[in-house]
Amino acid sequence: MTFLIALTLFVLAVFLGVELITKVPPTLHTPLMSGSNAISGITLIGAIATAGTDYSWLTNILVLGAVALATINVVGGFLVTHRMLGMFNRKR
Amino acid sequence: MDTFVQLGYLVSAALFILGLKRLSRPRTAVQGNMLGSTGMLVAVIVTLIGTEAAGIGIIIAGVILGGTIGVLLATRVAMTGMPQLVALFNGFGGIASLLVGAATLYPDLAEGVELEATDLATGALTIGIGAITFTGSLVAFAKLQELLTGDITQPAALRAANIGLVAMSAALGVLLVVMSGSIWMWLLALAALAAGITLVLPIGGADMPVVIALLNSFSGVAASTTGFVLGNSLLIIAGALVGASGLVLTLIMCRAMNRSLGNVLFGAIDAVAAGADGDRIYDGKVTSASADDVAMMLDTAAKVAIIPGYGMAVAQAQHAVRDLTRALEGQGKEVVFAIHPVAGRMPGHMNVLLAEAEIPYEQLKEMEHINPSFGQVDVAIVIGANDVVNPDARDDPDSPIAGMPILDADRARTVVVIKRSLSPGFAGVPNPLFALDNTMMLFGDGKAAVEEIITALADL
Repeated sequence: MTFLIALTLFVLAVFLGVELITKVPPTLHTPLMSGSNAISGITLIGAIATAGTDYSWLTNILVLGAVALATINVVGGFLVTHRMLGMFNRKR
Repeated sequence: MDTFVQLGYLVSAALFILGLKRLSRPRTAVQGNMLGSTGMLVAVIVTLIGTEAAGIGIIIAGVILGGTIGVLLATRVAMTGMPQLVALFNGFGGIASLLVGAATLYPDLAEGVELEATDLATGALTIGIGAITFTGSLVAFAKLQELLTGDITQPAALRAANIGLVAMSAALGVLLVVMSGSIWMWLLALAALAAGITLVLPIGGADMPVVIALLNSFSGVAASTTGFVLGNSLLIIAGALVGASGLVLTLIMCRAMNRSLGNVLFGAIDAVAAGADGDRIYDGKVTSASADDVAMMLDTAAKVAIIPGYGMAVAQAQHAVRDLTRALEGQGKEVVFAIHPVAGRMPGHMNVLLAEAEIPYEQLKEMEHINPSFGQVDVAIVIGANDVVNPDARDDPDSPIAGMPILDADRARTVVVIKRSLSPGFAGVPNPLFALDNTMMLFGDGKAAVEEIITALADL
């Protein structure tokens, strides 16, 4: 992928993100933040793609750390969002 | 194989977009979160297939380790600990991006492989932003968890150090691009890690909602720049979406305080000498009330508005407040909650706490919706909020917080303020609301005070 195509994707996605989020009720501010944070754990696939490309001990440690931390971000983020939203929808 | 992976990423990106869209509507939010997590699952599976799971040992070890910690944190942490947890997750995303960036660049840098300037530049951004997100989030976590307490004595020095460290990081990033040596990458990481600490350390508690939202945005941007380094379209798109949504939220928070982002990060409110000024405002005009007085006032009320602030979270008073609400509703009174957008320590903090206490969200009113109707409120109960109900912000153009949108609690027929003392709020300014003729101060711990009111109501 050329840098220009990458930059195009980035700019368009930023505009899209702004449009998506402009009218969020305050009730959803926290779940939106933790849910979108879980999505930013997408760096996990970067970690997975990097694993096994180089076999020096240093990169292996960096990648192991990246996979573990990104997984915490993804799993914990989606799960805690689900837990919070469950409370919002609870009937009295 | 590459086409298959790219198509999988396209599906995943579409799921993220739909997920975020639905996550921003109350009725579809649960579904939105599901779609988001499905998108993530698709992305992981496709990546594993595409790379033929080359580093499967490391991946399995990392996923088991991270998954266990993630599940434990997400299921065990109490709702009162949510701001800290969100801060922590932001930080983990940031450091993960940093590590991926470093692990990608390091082998080539160490072997002296010629790299494109754009790869090095986006790599430098990944490492810089990832590092700031990580340590910034850790400091925010430590402050929210009250591991770091006390006032920062040298905020100006810290801000100056921060600007210096950010400039140093930028210079090291340029050196990395020009000189292409791994030493610059590590130095950049160190400088940016220090910059994250000095960025968040001088920022006070009431400004935390802005900081948390901003770090959320940073964690997305770091993921996106990682995508530039790896040439991975999904990382670029998903990271940019999160970066943008975090930025929108940051600006919503800034607007709710009538301050610019720069002012929150680098400026402090010019707190006046609150002591003397406070005495002049409060002297002889403050009415102290007992729980019985409040109960009697509530007995004749038809409409009650409760205004929660961070103090309610600190006192863990949300369940007591719920019980009071039920008691009042049992007597046929209308009870609403007036929520200021920056009440608490993260965006939506009060909503999460009240949801935990099983208060339906239809009962929570936003500032713009409740303000015009405060005139019809018989009793406004302020619990643990201060600056967000300070009428000076609206009426006194010389006030340090002039122009900050407030909840017009002072327009209610009677105002009950539950508070430990007359000490000023975060802005350090005295609050004339406490000295109004129609205000009763109920001094004490939030939870205990609300429980006393409930008992007094039952004894009437």
